[in-house]
Parts: sequence; C-alpha cells; structure tokens
Amino acid sequence: MEILGLLTDGVLVSLMPINIILILIGVTLGLFIGAMPGLGSVNGVAILLPITFLVPPGSAIIFLAAIYYGAMYGGAISSITLGIPGASTAVATTFDGRPLALSGRASLALVTAAIASFIGGTVSNVLFTIFAPLLATVALAFGPPEIFALMLLAFATFVGLGGDDIPKTILSICLGLVFAAVGFDEISGAPRLVFFDITGFLHGINFLVLAIGVYGIGEMIWTIESTRGEITTTEARMSLKGIITDSKEGMRRGWKGTAIGSFLGFFVGILPAAGATPGSLMSYGVAKLMAKNPKEFGKGHPGGVAAPEAANNSASTGAMLPMLTLGIPGSPTTAILLGGMVIWGLTPGPRLFTDQPEFVWGLIGSFYISNIFALIVNLAFIPLFIWMLRMPFTVLAPLIFVLSVVGGYAATQDMHDVWLMLGFGFGAFFLRKLDYPLAPAVLAIVLGPIAEPTLRQSLLLSSGDATIFFTRPIAGPITIIAIILILLPLFKLIAGKMRRAGTTQA
Amino acid sequence: MRLAEIVTAGVLALLSIYLMWKSTELNVGYIPDEGPGGGFWPFWLSGIMLICTGLIAFNWFRRTSPPSQSTDVLLDGYGKRTLVLVGGGLLGFIALINIISMYGAMVVFLIYYLRFLGRHSWTLTAILSISIPVVFFIFFEALMRITLPKGMKFTEPFYNFLNTIIY
Amino acid sequence: MTLTKRMFVQMAGAAALAGAFAAPAAAFEPTKPVDFVIMAGAGGGADQIARFLQSVAEKKDLTSRPLVPNNKGGGSGAEALIALKGTSDPDHTILVTLNSFFTTPLRQENLGIDIQTFTPVAMMGVDPFVLWVHKDSGITTFEDWLAKVKEGGYIMGGTGKGQEDSLVITFLEQNYDLDIKYIPYKGGGAVAKDLAGQQIMASVNNPAEAKGFYASGDVVPLVAFSDERLAAFPDVPTVKELGKDFSYYNQRAVVGAPGMSDEAAAYYQELFKTIYDTQEWQDYMTSESLSPLWMGPDEQKAYWNTQVERHKELLAAMGE
Repeated sequence: MEILGLLTDGVLVSLMPINIILILIGVTLGLFIGAMPGLGSVNGVAILLPITFLVPPGSAIIFLAAIYYGAMYGGAISSITLGIPGASTAVATTFDGRPLALSGRASLALVTAAIASFIGGTVSNVLFTIFAPLLATVALAFGPPEIFALMLLAFATFVGLGGDDIPKTILSICLGLVFAAVGFDEISGAPRLVFFDITGFLHGINFLVLAIGVYGIGEMIWTIESTRGEITTTEARMSLKGIITDSKEGMRRGWKGTAIGSFLGFFVGILPAAGATPGSLMSYGVAKLMAKNPKEFGKGHPGGVAAPEAANNSASTGAMLPMLTLGIPGSPTTAILLGGMVIWGLTPGPRLFTDQPEFVWGLIGSFYISNIFALIVNLAFIPLFIWMLRMPFTVLAPLIFVLSVVGGYAATQDMHDVWLMLGFGFGAFFLRKLDYPLAPAVLAIVLGPIAEPTLRQSLLLSSGDATIFFTRPIAGPITIIAIILILLPLFKLIAGKMRRAGTTQA
Repeated sequence: MRLAEIVTAGVLALLSIYLMWKSTELNVGYIPDEGPGGGFWPFWLSGIMLICTGLIAFNWFRRTSPPSQSTDVLLDGYGKRTLVLVGGGLLGFIALINIISMYGAMVVFLIYYLRFLGRHSWTLTAILSISIPVVFFIFFEALMRITLPKGMKFTEPFYNFLNTIIY
Repeated sequence: MTLTKRMFVQMAGAAALAGAFAAPAAAFEPTKPVDFVIMAGAGGGADQIARFLQSVAEKKDLTSRPLVPNNKGGGSGAEALIALKGTSDPDHTILVTLNSFFTTPLRQENLGIDIQTFTPVAMMGVDPFVLWVHKDSGITTFEDWLAKVKEGGYIMGGTGKGQEDSLVITFLEQNYDLDIKYIPYKGGGAVAKDLAGQQIMASVNNPAEAKGFYASGDVVPLVAFSDERLAAFPDVPTVKELGKDFSYYNQRAVVGAPGMSDEAAAYYQELFKTIYDTQEWQDYMTSESLSPLWMGPDEQKAYWNTQVERHKELLAAMGE
C-alpha cells in the first residue's frame, strides 16, 4: 500500500498547474517530433535534457516523460498518413494503417492507433507498478542465446507477411540482414562490407535510410507512376461524431490486437537488448495468427494497427524497467534519460527503488498522466493530419519528398546517407514493380544488429555447438516455437499439394 | 515485365556474389576461441540470397510468378517520364544541397515540383516554397538544434545572421 | 499586424546588436552550434560524461552557441576520428575521447589517422578499472579467483578484442598464466548486466558501470587496476599491492579537430577548464570514482606520446 501512496503523490504532483502546462507542451512537441520521419523521441529527449535544469527535477522528469509519450503516439501518424514509418517501432503500423488511409479510412486508423496506444501504455504502467522489482530478475535471465531465440521468434512471426512468393521474401530478409552487417564488425572491430572504400559505409546503413528510401521515395514514385499521377484518395472527413463511431469500430475489430500488443509488447520491451521494435512486430504477427480471418490483415484491418501500436507504447514503458532497475538502457532514448538521472544525482540500479522511491513513483505517476494527455492531444490533432491528406497530391508529394530528404539527413547527419537513400529509393521502385516484398528487408535491418552478435556470442559460449539454443531452459522452448512457426506454412503447402494430388488421382 | 524479371534476378545474383566475395575479407568460418568470424553472417546470408535468385529464375522459367507471365513493358512512356521528372528532380534537389544549402535546395525543388510538375499557381508555389523551408529552419535549427547542411562558404554570413536570432 | 511589425523591429534590433558585437572580432566565439562528437555509442560511459559536460555548459550558460552531442561510436571510434579528420569546420568540431583514441589508429593503420595532428583541449580525468565477479561464485579474494580460473573453462565478458578491458584481461592471462574465454559485448553496461545475470563469470568494468550492481550486492570487486586504492572501495587491493607493477586507466579527455585555429583552441581550453573547476564536475568525479587528472595542452601532447608507446606494447603483447 505504500507504493499506492507514493504513486498517488506522483500523480498529484503531475497535476499541479505548472506541470500540466509542461505536459501539454511536451506531449504536443513529442507528437510532432515523432511524426517527423527521421526524428524520434531520442532527439526530443536529448535536446530538451539540458533545458530541464531550468525547472525543478520533479517537473523535468514529467516534461521528459511527456515528450517520450508524445513521440510514441506520433510515430503512428507518419506511418498511416504518409506511409513512411517515422521510427522502426512503427514499421508494422504501415502494414494496415496505410491501406486504411488509402481507402479513405485514415481517421479510423488514427483513432484506433491512439486508443490502442493509450491502452497499451496504461496496461504496461499497471504491470510496471505491480511487478517492477520482480521483473528485473527476468531481464537478467536473458543472456545471448535467449535473445537470439527471441529474434528467431520475431522472424518466424513475419515469415508469412511477405506474400506468396517465398524466394523473393527470403531474399528480401537476407538482403536486409546483410545490409545490417555493413560497417564495423562489433565483435572483432574490423571494418567490413565497406563498398568501394567509401568512408560513409563505415557507420553502417541506418534503418531510417533504408526505410525512408523504400517508403518515402520508392513507394511514392511507384504510386505516382502506377496511378498515372491521378491519385485520388477517397475524401476523408472528420467530425466529433466520426471520432466516436471510429473509436467504437476500431475497438470492436481491434480489441484482440490491442490486448495481444499490450502484454506481449511489455514483456519483450523489458528485455534490454530487444526493445519495442521486435515487440511491435511479434504482436502484429501473433494478432494475425490469432485473427478469425488472417487474410484480412495487410489490407486494412484495424487489428493490424492496434496490435503494433499497443505494443510499441507498452514496450516503451517496459524499456524503462531495465533502465531503472539495472541501469541498462533498453533504447537510445532511455540511454539519454539514464544520463539525465546521473546528472540529477540518482544512481539507477537495483537499489533505486528502495533508495529513491519518490523519484521512481513520481516518474511512474507522471507516465499515467502523460499517457492520458497524449491521448487527448493526439485526438485533437487528428483533424489536422486528415486535412493534410486532403491536399492535392501534387502538393503532398513534394512535401513528402522534402520530409524524406531532411529526415534521411537528420537520422545520421551525413550526406552520404541521403545519396544512399535515393539509391535505395530507385532500387525499391523497380523491385516493387516486380512484386518483391520490401517490408521484410526493412525489418531485417532493425533486427540484424541484435541477432548477429547474440548468435556469435552464443556460439562462442558453446564452442560452436548449436544445441545451446535448445538445451537452455528459456532459450529452448522459444527456439522450438519459432521453428514450428517457420515450418507451419511449409507443412500447409505440402499438405495442400498432397491433398490436391490425392483428388486428381481419384 | 518478363524480361525485367530475369534481368533483375540476374542483377541480384551478381549482387549476391559480390557481397559473398566482399564478406570473405573477414573470416567466414569458425575461429577457435573467437567464435564465428566477422564475415560469417554476411557470407552465408548472401549465399542464401544467391540460392533465392536461382529459385526466382526457375519460377521465371516455369512462368509461375505474376511478373514472368505479364506481357506489359516494365516502364511505358508515362513511366519513363515520371521516373525522369520526379526522380531527376530529387537527384537535382540532393545535388544542390551541398552547393546552396538544404534550405536553398528545398526552395528550388518545391518551385520545380509545384509550378512545373503540379502546375499550381505562382501564388501558391511562392507561399509554400518559402513557408516550408522557414518552418523546417525553425523546427530543426532553433527547436531541435540539429544543423542541416549549409552548402558552400558563401551562405555562411546569411546563416550566421540567422543564428544570432535563434540562439 | 502590430505583432508582426513588432517582430520586425525586434529582428532589426537583434541584427544591429549582432553587427555591433561582431565588429571588434578579437577573441574567438563559436558562430554556430558546436559539433560535440562522442567516440562511443549512446548510453556508455563516454556518452554519459559528454552529456554531463554539455549540461554543465548549458546550465551555467558558458557558450554562446550550444554544444550538440553527436554519437559516432562505429568501429571502436574509427568513425569519429575519420569525421574529425575530414571536418570542413575544425573550429566548431570537438571530440570526447577514451583510450580507443590511441588504440584504434594503431590497430587500423589504413585509416591514416595521426593523433598528433589533433588539437589538445582538456584532460578531464581518468577512469580506473576493477575486476568483478558475481557474489554467488563465493570468490572474495584475487587468490581464490586465480585458483578458480586455473580450473579451466572460465568465461569473461568485455567490450571487444583490443578494447581497454581486453588489454587488462590479456595482462592477467599472461602474468598469471591463465586461459580465459572472452565474450565480446556492445558496451560496458551490457557486460555488467550479463555479469549480474551470471551469463559470464567475471568482468573488468569501470566502477561507474558496475556501481548499481555493487550497491545491491550482486557483484563483488576483487582487485583494482589503479595506482592507489579507490576511495569508493577502500578494502579492494590494487594489483600493485599484489606484486605486479601495472595500472590501467581509461582517459576522459576532450580534443579538437586537426587544423583548429589557435584562437578557437584557446576558447575551448578555457571553456573546459571552467567546466573542470565547477562543483558539478568535481562531484561527478567523486560519485563515479573518476580520478582527477587535469592537464594543459602541452602536457596532453606529451601524454599522448607515452600512451601511444604504451598501447603499442600492450597490443603487441596481445598479438595484434
């Protein structure tokens, strides 16, 4: 009950007028930072960290939490309205969000995303409040083999996402994984795949460079070309009544996805090496598997928006857990918050919950409040984003191109990457025309840097024995589930063929 | 499309071979006491890519994939024009960044696209191509403190002046 | 309308003021945001220090333009060194370094980096290393540890071959005749976490990285690789006390890009001297167990020479 008292104090502090103003500013700012492709919560938190010295530490934390939450909501906006994932955590949101927007149901997608995010955030806040110290030990139990098994599971859940052409899907995954290896080999420190000795490849290929190239440039040129420049998005209207009916429909069709995302996202999010991206992907995959009619996913199903959005919000709160209890940042944003805590004179680690309960529960209290305000602010801005979609396409298109170029630069601040992005854009345009699925490549470039070192560390631990992934108590079951999921479509295919062969014989 | 399908598969096969060759700069096998070498991961994955291109070619031969059945051309006249006008515009945009700064290039690109591709009025073109870079400048330089490229030296006095306003 | 008019007046005023200040351009002042490059990824020890330095500068309003942190950790800092070498504006580019400032150019000669061309700015302190084990191992002394490692099959984690901690581990292997399996990780924080989770058996971490787990009693320090006992761990002996003349620190220093003008160098040296002397930095060094070590520019250049020679030997011993 002591926790509840401290939490109530935290909530009450957040509700002071000055803090409410800070939350409103923070959430709004975060929303736009998150919606801008190329920028994410990490940029918002990083630049505003020094400013937080001007206000008392309590308010500073609240301000940063508000930006963090706002940015998480914002990520979905560019995924849905522009079709460019603003952050790796929002890639899965494009799968169903973009088709919904193109069929004139952008408001349904945006409202569903907002509500699912809210629920995901709230569920994880509650889980956090009840189980925080306990879950820290779970995170510690995940060593390299366990993380690799989890990556395998993430790949398994999206094997079916690429479409029917299996060789092209696998090629796309492998291409993404190889691109992820460009730059320095983290383990030996040696440079590798530095094409033509261009120094720009030394820092690797950033996820955003590929994602913006594929979606912001390749997909855009493809849209202009394939619609003969006469693209007509069905007029999206917006009214208060519309929001209510949309939220009803979104939740009716997306509650299952929301529930899956909220819980799965949280548990994947608390693992320091994994984070929100695999969380949102796996939630999308699981929601699709468990749907009554999985074929509807990918064509504009609200459940396909709800699952990844609930998951990435839930995971982002979950990512706070290893930071606070272990001092290990699970994401770049939490890394910067960690730096902030050191500056405020707090030592993150196992003792933080006992030594500084006011800080911890104040922070969590502000999460609850920020989450509510983020929902309200987000809903309030939806008409603006809808209005953007109603602009003539010849105005929207150059705006998207400008956003892409600036975003591609802002991600790494290197002109080399802008050129690379353009190259990916042209490549993606041709591959798109020939039915190569490219989402798997975009996802693989995010997961590759987690999967490769953990695979190598594991094989080093076991002296080259691959059974390490099956014999460890946590890694074993995860690996087996992953392998079953990968083989399932293959079995279905073979079974189907045999049945067909049987009928023709008879 | 049928021709494009097999040509693309060939190009991707060559890319896979190049990636495999490039990966061999580091050890692609298992090093005792160090685990799999630095080339291990990209080498074998590129190998899988090569196998996939073989399967794509096989499907092309059997005519089972949609592009290998299609008789459309990959790019008709309209497609080529789109690619040249839009893609070329982007190429020009990015090339100009190093000369007249991100913001300058943005103005040129917006005028080009809105006025000449979009055929919008000069008024709308002017309003958008001036206001958008200004919004970006305020958002990035003042608010986010991310400096975008400033092009060649001659733009420096102008941006130094703007810096005195925003900081 | 009146509002815009007022804005114009203000802008004109600002411009006039700017002109007035710009006129006697005697001493150097940054005219645009300073690219504050960090030789490591976000969240590591070097990153935390950089952000701390930035926040002190911001809090005390020490610079006319902000320091903008920019993480370039790729390839043990090679990415950062290349960026500084190739910068178009050396007067607005500074770098927070660690010992990879010495080792990376030695290990990768093809990068063509000569650190003597860099501009010394400030040495902010040095970070000691400590050997840690998990409390459940039951090991409490260095002697017990040696006996345990000699049983064979011992696994340690670190930040990668050729990195600071691996040099210390190589020293241990060679001087005590040990055979240790070394698992590379992305950063010191991840190493400390996997030690606490018993994925590895021991680590050589900076005190700051293992502090939280030490406070909770999960990890136990055995020996410090510093010249004197560390104030935070008064009962932990140094390796010198145990009879080997060895100590190893990670430098926390700021350097300027090659080709920085003397005026700019003087400006940053003055700036970081001011930061060094602040109560905030002094407190930070105490709480994170950094050893204070201030050096002026000339001393730093000499220090670089001795460190390069030292790391040549250490790397040679490692067989690199």
